[in-house]
Amino acid sequence: MASTPEIVRPPITSSGPIGWVRANLMSTKYNTLLTVAVLALLVWFLKSALGWVFFGADWSVVTSNLKLFLVGQYPSEEMWRIGVGVLFATLLLGVSWGVWGGVPRTFGRVWAVGLVVLAFFPFSLDHLSIESRIWILANPGMIGVGYLLSRASFVQPRRVVIAWVVLFLVGIVLLRGIEGVSVLPKVSTTLWGGLMLTFVLAIVGIVASFPLGVLLALGRRSSLPAVKSLSVLYIEFFRGVPLISLLFMTQIILPLFLPEGLRLDRVLRALLAITLFSSAYMAENVRGGFQAVPAGQVEAGKALGLSGPHIMVFIVLPQALRAVIPAIVGQFISLFKDTSLVVIVGLLDFVGIGKSVVLGNVAWIGSQREVYVFVAAVFWVCTYSMSYASQKLEERLGVGSR
Amino acid sequence: MRFLTFDGVPIWRDARVIRATAQIVSVVIVVIVVFFVASNVLDAADKRGFSLGFDFLGQEAGFPIAESVIEYDESNSFRYAFTVGVLNTLKVALIGIVAATVLGIIIGVARVSSNWLINRLANVYIETFRNIPLLVQLFFWYFSVFLVLPTVQDSIRWPGPIYLSNRGLVSVWASPTSSFTPWLLFLLGGVLLAVAVTMTLARYQSRTGRSTYPNIGALAAFVVLAVAGWFLVGESPLVKNVPELERFNYAGGLRFTPEFAALLLGLVIYTASFISEIVRAGIQSVPRGQVEAARALGLSELEAQWSVVFPQALRVIVPPLISQFLNLTKNSSLAIAIGYPDLFSIGRIMINQAGRAVPIFLLIMGAYLVMSLTYAVIGNLYNRHMRLAER
Repeated sequence: MASTPEIVRPPITSSGPIGWVRANLMSTKYNTLLTVAVLALLVWFLKSALGWVFFGADWSVVTSNLKLFLVGQYPSEEMWRIGVGVLFATLLLGVSWGVWGGVPRTFGRVWAVGLVVLAFFPFSLDHLSIESRIWILANPGMIGVGYLLSRASFVQPRRVVIAWVVLFLVGIVLLRGIEGVSVLPKVSTTLWGGLMLTFVLAIVGIVASFPLGVLLALGRRSSLPAVKSLSVLYIEFFRGVPLISLLFMTQIILPLFLPEGLRLDRVLRALLAITLFSSAYMAENVRGGFQAVPAGQVEAGKALGLSGPHIMVFIVLPQALRAVIPAIVGQFISLFKDTSLVVIVGLLDFVGIGKSVVLGNVAWIGSQREVYVFVAAVFWVCTYSMSYASQKLEERLGVGSR
Repeated sequence: MRFLTFDGVPIWRDARVIRATAQIVSVVIVVIVVFFVASNVLDAADKRGFSLGFDFLGQEAGFPIAESVIEYDESNSFRYAFTVGVLNTLKVALIGIVAATVLGIIIGVARVSSNWLINRLANVYIETFRNIPLLVQLFFWYFSVFLVLPTVQDSIRWPGPIYLSNRGLVSVWASPTSSFTPWLLFLLGGVLLAVAVTMTLARYQSRTGRSTYPNIGALAAFVVLAVAGWFLVGESPLVKNVPELERFNYAGGLRFTPEFAALLLGLVIYTASFISEIVRAGIQSVPRGQVEAARALGLSELEAQWSVVFPQALRVIVPPLISQFLNLTKNSSLAIAIGYPDLFSIGRIMINQAGRAVPIFLLIMGAYLVMSLTYAVIGNLYNRHMRLAER
């Protein structure tokens, strides 16, 4: 007679929550001690930090200056341009979400959730008017519209990329305005500021440094000694000096380098420094991509009778650039952080608004901690979501795992 | 008429001609740009009457510098003032590199810890500090931590004593007396003896297979000589220097200005978050089997980590680590935002004072390029050394 098998319960000490704690927090005597000590420190730190955030700090310095932080001193009657530009970007984000999923999906979710929270945040109506709230809520709607639009047959990945490029160019014109056109009066870049300027500097910087970086990377790989040494000289020079010295150089010395009549705008000069600096790093990233393309690819191209430039454009570059997308995203993140240095040459980007405009106002003396914590938090949300997206992208492209 | 080379190839399709032309064209373009820039600079110099020479370096600087490693006053020359700046940069960079490496290794090891809490906290540290711009962190430390500390009279007292006030951090310190130099000779002798002892003991150990503990022997040799020297030189070579509160500030002791402290803290915390990721990647690059093999051979967990994992991880860690050192040095130029007189901010004052923007910028860029070249040379030497060790 077969006995009924006795059901053995899992030992309570090696599985389940207690087992988990034993294995991960108290595996040895020393570990237990460490856990307890760190836990005590953590509780003390969180108590004082959260206590300050919720009860100690006076956040009115942020809520009263929301517009300054976002767009600087951009004239209120021209704000609709930024609004329209962002709405179109959101629409394209929705379309990209539908077409590619992945990274645009991450950004789309962060963007939509963030805006909905902002729209219902209990600011007083003076700080955030009904119109602004409606505009904010229109953005998640645009993502939805874009997503539906992406099902249409005329939406193809290539066209979406072109649309982004067009939007980038149109957006710059929209922000800047056109002289002599009454609908779009020119807005001097001295009025540009806040988070908007930070994004403009970072995006234009990375876009402008891309072609230059690819050229330099090609130059560095070139078998022509003159071209190669010039590229190496350029790359090593701009990687060897701090960005801040380049920013000062374009602010102070560049006017001497140019003929007397030619005066560049301050934002443009800062962009020049950022582009020169960034292109040297871009070149190194792209070079890494070239190295990832197997030599057999070039040989196969030669065997097919393709010319050197054809091999480069149709075989090597597409594969190399695909391999460096995560590195470029990483570079964009560090560039995004580095744009904060323009504060030192007097531009009013997101950090500059906080430091010079808000804290320069007598009414807000003594609010340094609130302002810098807010600035840091916004930067953190932006860069963290970007680096999260880039990790996802890396997994998706399978770079390094092939 | 057809232009053919000797091989009967049209000239515009001959590889040699194309190569030569491409090089000539690129050189010509660069020469034209350089010529254009140079002629504009000379033109501007001529019209506005400023000079491009370096002759001003011998003139009196005439501006004060808040802190300096060497004695400085306003009557010193511009050359000397610039040297002060270079030394200030080196000071913050060297202390910063050591501290960031130590903190980075601690966080990096914590990141691979089997203790879940420690592991997660290290991750939070890394993700927090590397995603916030360094400049914002510096502003935070300087404007909202160090400058809002109590005044000197009400300074916070930590055991030591260490005093914290809005004038910076002052701590008890050991200052050398006249017998310090002879004592240094004893220390040097101690190092030499320690090396000799280690080598002898290690040789004996490898010959006989008996444990001789060469490291402990070396330490003992060094300590014996150092202690003996302390009493033999007569007057004690180091005396305790306790800071005393005077009317406006502390006198004596070791002093860190708020500018230096904020810059150092910001640089160390920021750079450590990158270094710890490098350390983590290095440790994880060593296959698990290496530890298992070491344990199977009877090494303890600590011995396995120290003499099996660590040396192998080092090979992966060092090259990116050196580039982080370079980053830290370059980032120390943000000192100008919080008023620490590093080489960049002194150069900036010199431009205002002497009005020679172009030569001073050449000096600044040159100084940074020399530093980055030094790091590159160190990195290359290390790589060459490690390559020889590779199988």
